[in-house]
Amino acid sequence: MTISSGARAGAGDETRRRHRKNGDKALIGKDVRNDENPKNSTGLRTRRRRWTPYVFLLPALVLELVVHFGPMVSGLTMSAMKLTQYQLAHWWQAPFAGADNYKAVLDFDQPVGASLLNSFLVTLGFTVVVLAASWSMGLAAAVSLQRTRRGVGLLRTLFLIPYALPAFAAVITWRFLLQRDNGMLNHILVDQLGVLDDNAFFLIGSNSFWSQCVVAIWRLWPFAFLMIMAGLQSVPDEVYEASSLDGAGPWRQLREITLPMLAPVNQVLLLVMFLWTFKEFETPYVLFGGSTPEQARLLSVEIYQNSFVTWNFGLGSAMSVLLLLFLLLVTGIYLAVTRRRASLHEA
Amino acid sequence: MRHETRGFRIFRRTTLTLLTAFVCAPLFVMASTAVKPLNQVQGEFRWIPTEPTLAPFVDMWTTVPLARYFANSIVVAGLATVLSVAVAVLAAYAISRWRFRGREAFKVTILSTQMFPGILFLLPLFLLFVMVDRYTGLSLVGSRLGLIITYLTFSLPFSIWMLVGYFETIPRELDDAAKVDGVGPVRMLYSILLPAARPAVVAVSIFSFMVAWGEVLFASVLTTEQTRTVAVGLQAYASEANVYWNQVMAASLAVSAPIVIAFLVLQRHIASGMTAGAVK
Repeated sequence: MTISSGARAGAGDETRRRHRKNGDKALIGKDVRNDENPKNSTGLRTRRRRWTPYVFLLPALVLELVVHFGPMVSGLTMSAMKLTQYQLAHWWQAPFAGADNYKAVLDFDQPVGASLLNSFLVTLGFTVVVLAASWSMGLAAAVSLQRTRRGVGLLRTLFLIPYALPAFAAVITWRFLLQRDNGMLNHILVDQLGVLDDNAFFLIGSNSFWSQCVVAIWRLWPFAFLMIMAGLQSVPDEVYEASSLDGAGPWRQLREITLPMLAPVNQVLLLVMFLWTFKEFETPYVLFGGSTPEQARLLSVEIYQNSFVTWNFGLGSAMSVLLLLFLLLVTGIYLAVTRRRASLHEA
Repeated sequence: MRHETRGFRIFRRTTLTLLTAFVCAPLFVMASTAVKPLNQVQGEFRWIPTEPTLAPFVDMWTTVPLARYFANSIVVAGLATVLSVAVAVLAAYAISRWRFRGREAFKVTILSTQMFPGILFLLPLFLLFVMVDRYTGLSLVGSRLGLIITYLTFSLPFSIWMLVGYFETIPRELDDAAKVDGVGPVRMLYSILLPAARPAVVAVSIFSFMVAWGEVLFASVLTTEQTRTVAVGLQAYASEANVYWNQVMAASLAVSAPIVIAFLVLQRHIASGMTAGAVK
């Protein structure tokens, strides 16, 4: 909530928030058992009131339990089981493995562990590259459009298309662009610009990492753009005008007004993009069609391989749990650090 | 009027030009390839088709069973959307109009599910479905039902957050007036709140549909050849020995155009809901 007050301090929001607060108070009053209002104080009505919200919540709650939390808990159990395809039909009877699965996936001298470590490092590099590029591009586009007068709506719409395009359609198009013999990129680089002497492979070998990054950036940066645009709208024009009178140029305004005002948006944006990118699956799956090169193998692909290709469910679950722990750890640290910085700022 | 330095103007124009090119290149290739005859996509790449043809849009239905994938996607995404929006409306109504024990906990829980990577619960969910299948005979693996149930939870967090935000803007005086008239909670929802929240409901529906329509990971595991959705089915073109890239592009275009257009038409609604949800 502290974030929203910083990011959306528009006048309209202010009244809405006040409105909401009053509403809250009114509602709290009504929920108290011995309300002063004689109309509501009959036992039956109050009791009905108390369970009504739970009835409305029930479907959502049940679905979340069944699809998210139930599987999460059983996943935790499976990570301590010796589970392969043979026990698939009655997995709950699989032999107990204790910490064996964890030992196996964390033994970096063995193939399984070494492969996991490799994909962890690939994912880390991928996330850093994609996040940095997407954020910078989103910021550059938003700041540029802020000072553009004609065609803003058109460009805004155009920039959002990659975000609206279903992932599989976007990535399969890139797969065509990156083909060695009949793709667009080699045509530009070799035939039109002459930068390369011979057609390069983009979907195997070490280039595949960068190909994957570019595709992911293409899909992700519009989201950063969208969020930063929204954040910029909360900065009143008068602030820029006042600083303009003081002789501040666009660069100084970017440094001294725009970036500080965007801090609350950035805090959420970077976290959300991190979580999305770290679990990215669609891009490698569609781009490489099931045989992801080692240099581009992300963690989610690695877990997928172990679980559904070699059917080593126990190992797959152990890797999943480790991934979850890592994400929780990073999120916790990130929130603690950014919160403290925000509160220091306010003090 | 803000003054703009020369350096900034160059930066601005360069940025917008490069980004436009970056965004447009794949879109252009997608569209132009979709109207090329096969011999023009197999050899050297060319930007402009010399003999444009609509044949790929005809042939794409026979190379792979696209019509079946398409029908599966419509059923799955359609039902998942309807159910998800219904469930989200009820939950958002409870959160926005009542203060009850566990309200904050529920909000946090809902949001946290957004954070967990799908791969974490894909495997246990798959095995859970196998177990349900075995004991109740209710077939969830390889059926559309399993996919519908799964997808409808994917869009729930966003939908609930966005609807709560919108419900909050509907003045409570309306509720109070209705309450005085003796209107119960259910009628209050569908005769007062829902009509007022129509833009938000539309935006949430589009979003839910997009999520279900484009999902690849769960669809790749939870479907069989009979129940495959377009998201996974399009892969089938690419795994043929001879890839018909013109048909792949035609099919991609055909299955994404309706969604993209709907999103762009409603972009302001969806965008404001998304940004509001994320900065809250």
